[in-house]
Amino acid sequence: MTELNNTELIRLSAAQLAAKLAAREVTSVEVTQAYLDRIALVDGGADGIHAFLHVNTEEALAVAAEVDAIRAAGGAEAEALHELAGVPIAVKDLIVTIGQPTTAGSKILEGWHSPYDATVIKKLRAAKMPILGKTNLDEFAMGSSTEHSAYGPTRNPWDLDRIPGGSGGGSAAAVAAFEAPLALGTDTGGSIRQPGAVTGTVGMKPTYGAVSRYGAIAMASSLDQIGPVSRTVLDSALLQEVIGGHDPFDSTSLTDPFDTLVAAAKTGNVTGMKIGIIKELHGEGYQAGVETRFNESLELLKGAGAEIVEVSCPNFKYALGAYYLIMPSEVSSNLAKFDGVRYGMRVLPKDGPMTIERVMGATRAAGFGDEVKRRIILGTYALSAGYYDAYYGSAQKVRTLIQRDFDAAFAQADVLISPTAPTTAFKLGEKLDDPLAMYLNDVATIPANMAGIPGLSLPGGLADEDGLPVGIQLLAPAREDARLYRVGAVLESLLEEKWGGPLLDRAPALQAPVLGSSSTIAGGSN
Amino acid sequence: MSTDAILSFEEAMEKYDPVLGFEVHVELNTKTKMFSSAPNVFGDEPNTNVNEVDLGMPGVLPVLNKTAVESSIKIGLALNCKIAEYCRFARKNYFYPDTPKNFQTSQYDEPIAYDGYLDIELSDGTVFRVEIERAHMEEDAGKLTHMGGATGRIQGADYSLVDYNRSGVPLVEIVTKPIEGAGSRAPELAKAYVAAVREIVKNLGVSDAKMERGNVRCDANVSLRPHGRERFGIRSETKNVNSLRAVEHAVRYEIQRHAAVLDSGQPVIQETRHWHEDTRTTTSGRAKSDADDYRYFPEPDLVPVLASREWVEELRATLPEPPAARRKRLQADWGYSDLEFRDVVNAGVMDSIEETIAAGASASVARKWWMGEIVGRAKTADVDPSELGVTSETIVELNKLVESGKINNKMASQVLDGVLAGEGTPAEIVEKRGLAVVSDDGPLLEAIDAALAAQPDVAEKIRGGKLQAIGAIVGGVMKATRGQADAARVRELILERLGVEG
Amino acid sequence: MAAINRDDVAHLARLAHIEMSAEELDRMAGELAVIVDSVKSVSEAAGDDVPATSHPIPLNNVFREDVVGHTFTAEQALSGAPDSFEGRFKVPAILDED
Repeated sequence: MTELNNTELIRLSAAQLAAKLAAREVTSVEVTQAYLDRIALVDGGADGIHAFLHVNTEEALAVAAEVDAIRAAGGAEAEALHELAGVPIAVKDLIVTIGQPTTAGSKILEGWHSPYDATVIKKLRAAKMPILGKTNLDEFAMGSSTEHSAYGPTRNPWDLDRIPGGSGGGSAAAVAAFEAPLALGTDTGGSIRQPGAVTGTVGMKPTYGAVSRYGAIAMASSLDQIGPVSRTVLDSALLQEVIGGHDPFDSTSLTDPFDTLVAAAKTGNVTGMKIGIIKELHGEGYQAGVETRFNESLELLKGAGAEIVEVSCPNFKYALGAYYLIMPSEVSSNLAKFDGVRYGMRVLPKDGPMTIERVMGATRAAGFGDEVKRRIILGTYALSAGYYDAYYGSAQKVRTLIQRDFDAAFAQADVLISPTAPTTAFKLGEKLDDPLAMYLNDVATIPANMAGIPGLSLPGGLADEDGLPVGIQLLAPAREDARLYRVGAVLESLLEEKWGGPLLDRAPALQAPVLGSSSTIAGGSN
Repeated sequence: MSTDAILSFEEAMEKYDPVLGFEVHVELNTKTKMFSSAPNVFGDEPNTNVNEVDLGMPGVLPVLNKTAVESSIKIGLALNCKIAEYCRFARKNYFYPDTPKNFQTSQYDEPIAYDGYLDIELSDGTVFRVEIERAHMEEDAGKLTHMGGATGRIQGADYSLVDYNRSGVPLVEIVTKPIEGAGSRAPELAKAYVAAVREIVKNLGVSDAKMERGNVRCDANVSLRPHGRERFGIRSETKNVNSLRAVEHAVRYEIQRHAAVLDSGQPVIQETRHWHEDTRTTTSGRAKSDADDYRYFPEPDLVPVLASREWVEELRATLPEPPAARRKRLQADWGYSDLEFRDVVNAGVMDSIEETIAAGASASVARKWWMGEIVGRAKTADVDPSELGVTSETIVELNKLVESGKINNKMASQVLDGVLAGEGTPAEIVEKRGLAVVSDDGPLLEAIDAALAAQPDVAEKIRGGKLQAIGAIVGGVMKATRGQADAARVRELILERLGVEG
Repeated sequence: MAAINRDDVAHLARLAHIEMSAEELDRMAGELAVIVDSVKSVSEAAGDDVPATSHPIPLNNVFREDVVGHTFTAEQALSGAPDSFEGRFKVPAILDED
């Protein structure tokens, strides 16, 4: 048995951890404690990553101990354990959990505890995966930098002065900083993939309906999708098989099985495959270092036997605009429920009559941040009488045009490829006062949400000019999630070969925070 | 609360032509809610028939109740509607504390049923066709109780309490096209229309159809225009009109109020009105405003409903006999004349008579009780006969007591009063009030002898075979026994005494 | 398409039940004008013959059987309520009724 110290333990992939747990080379309590120690070491304090809004120490360790006990006892129950049993996971704080607070990154839900579990949480519990805690996000998942969290921004482990992407910056940063091997994210316009790109992690947005949305606090219902965040393509496939599948509580949930994802990731192959470059999603407006890494990936795939073709999606130029009409429209309705009546914050008006209308107005004024308000107002506008046809109605037609573009593209290519984001991680505060510039981050990720198709982002190396991670996005037709894992696994191994190991090995070692450094980490327990 | 000026109904009708419109909300009696599996039950402890969906918790999603869809299609078919092959739900966005998501999941421009009609028979037999615009599916809101203040009403309340048990109960909203040409019969038509809808949904078994519980609720739109003008006037929408009589009264009142407004040269305000049963008036709710921008859009969390023609025909095959056909059948079964039957229908006791017959009474006995005894009492008490509190079982029991000779009809009527006063069962009341027919023939014979002695000429006539004269003697005996005697037995004894074969 | 102005924002904020200060209205109007300007090309993108897409993956007739499932106790229902009284949610007075 190889003795591992904690530093080595936390750098293992979920698949490797699962193997060691199954072989009883390590216990789940040791693994879970190692991650909790890592969180204590790097997450808090003024210079901490701040990936977590809540750390679920006791429950995580209890679940870990339960898995260890079952494994120690052996027999049928041990046999029946899920492959990922005992492998810890972090959960984006947009997903409701019994026993832990759920804030959605908003003051309006501060201190709220859900009386029910999201379907994906039920599945994590059934698989006996210890939940390490809830990760930071832009308020109600609205943003591309995690700076719109009411609880302060998350930092990028590659450079603490930079953003970790958004909205799921907490989940991506936690995985990138080895605070968790896996995390759950949600992706409405790129909130899993863009943080993955800028933190050097893997993020997968499954086909719309492949993973139940029940219990994910809705941002834009027709675009939202829960998905995995991980350090390897295989790990994402493993996690999607845990959380995916039909859910009778979600009317938009697909009945397709999605049970060949892990097999696809393990048997990656691109020989004879046509991989389509989307003309409109690279080149002008994309950072030079991003473009270089993107072209390099194309060469690698070509070398592995894939045929590279170019496709055009002329209506993608309308995608961002249509997205910024549909998304806020749905937001304006989905967020109406936060009114200070049934749960969450209630703020009384400072003066004047104490009517419920005014209490709602004061509560929502105090409880929502600027970006949320901006989108609610924009959505209210796009849906209002006299504007519906021009805005919401037109945007839904653009959705049809985007789907047609994808249909035509997939007639020419098995998988489409693009950079995930136009740039590497930008500086904290850099785009905070320029909403439009912020929105442009999602230009390459939004079309997949508009069409409901799956999209995978994986690390494509570091940009020459700033040494920061670049993301490569793969897109497949709806229900063809397995195809992304098959191609993703190949590209991942080619890139690892090129860079001489996992990209995250090149990330700077994080210093212990000035305050609250942990003593339990020293020496490790093995 | 200011009182509005009104014109007499007759004067209003002389000057103006009313146009009506109705939105009737029918609560379906499914076991569960429209979009959640929480129970659809009336009257339980507050906030116990709810789960996260009904409370609009963060993260919840709706899933459509199949039975509710089938009930909605059945209602559509019974209203002679077309059933949409494809329809969707939409969100109606507005903030109100009884609406947990601050939007109502409803149907907007794609109702499940549309373009129907209902033939309404008025009291004199006239048939009036009401066109149905649409019937669509939606969910009910929770229940608000206004606390504090002087009246318990919303105005002046200190605070309100919300119970979400009713939140998510399946509703079908039936909307008529504008109803023209009813003239002075508008109030009657209003009542008859709502009664017909109620009867249909009850007959279909898709709703408990109890108006007093809010299972069937009516919003009545009224507008007036001068005779001969085609363009509609501005309408008011009176809410909370939740009994058949109230529908009639509210329409009549609104016609009178509109007429007074128009007469004064003022424009009618397009607004919501609230019906007050106590004063039988309406008061101003709130005017239509820009806050009524509901920002409808297709509900992204629900998928479209496709009603295949096969499915619709399957449901059509399960439909029960329509009420109009049922009426024809019942009249034939019961052997009532047209006039008798129409009286029964107009008195609103057809269902009650059917129940009473099912409980064991004959058609004529059931009619005698409902029309002869109960309708009059209901009128005095100012309630619908079925709401008076008389059960079929009570009537059957009363009738048995009469038929067995224990009590006579006059006493039975007194026993019924006792039942309504809550004194117990008919048998108990007979006992308590000492109402039993005198059965010992001794005192009766004394009274008979006295009556015969008092009217010797009548006695002679009877002996001579003129049996019809016996009434005078019976009357005398009944008078002497203060009605306690069984008239049939008295007759027998008189004949016996005089030695005449009956 | 008309540009969005301060009065529009005030009206929208009322519809959305978000109180806004005068300063906030001004700022929001400026920001929204830029955003609305950037999305206006959308209205000219598609012709009348293009159908609208409301659901990315077409499904239909997803139903639930009419079988009773779980419910909350009143305590659970009210567990996150800012204010409650005798098993019900308590809210300040409502002046205007729909």
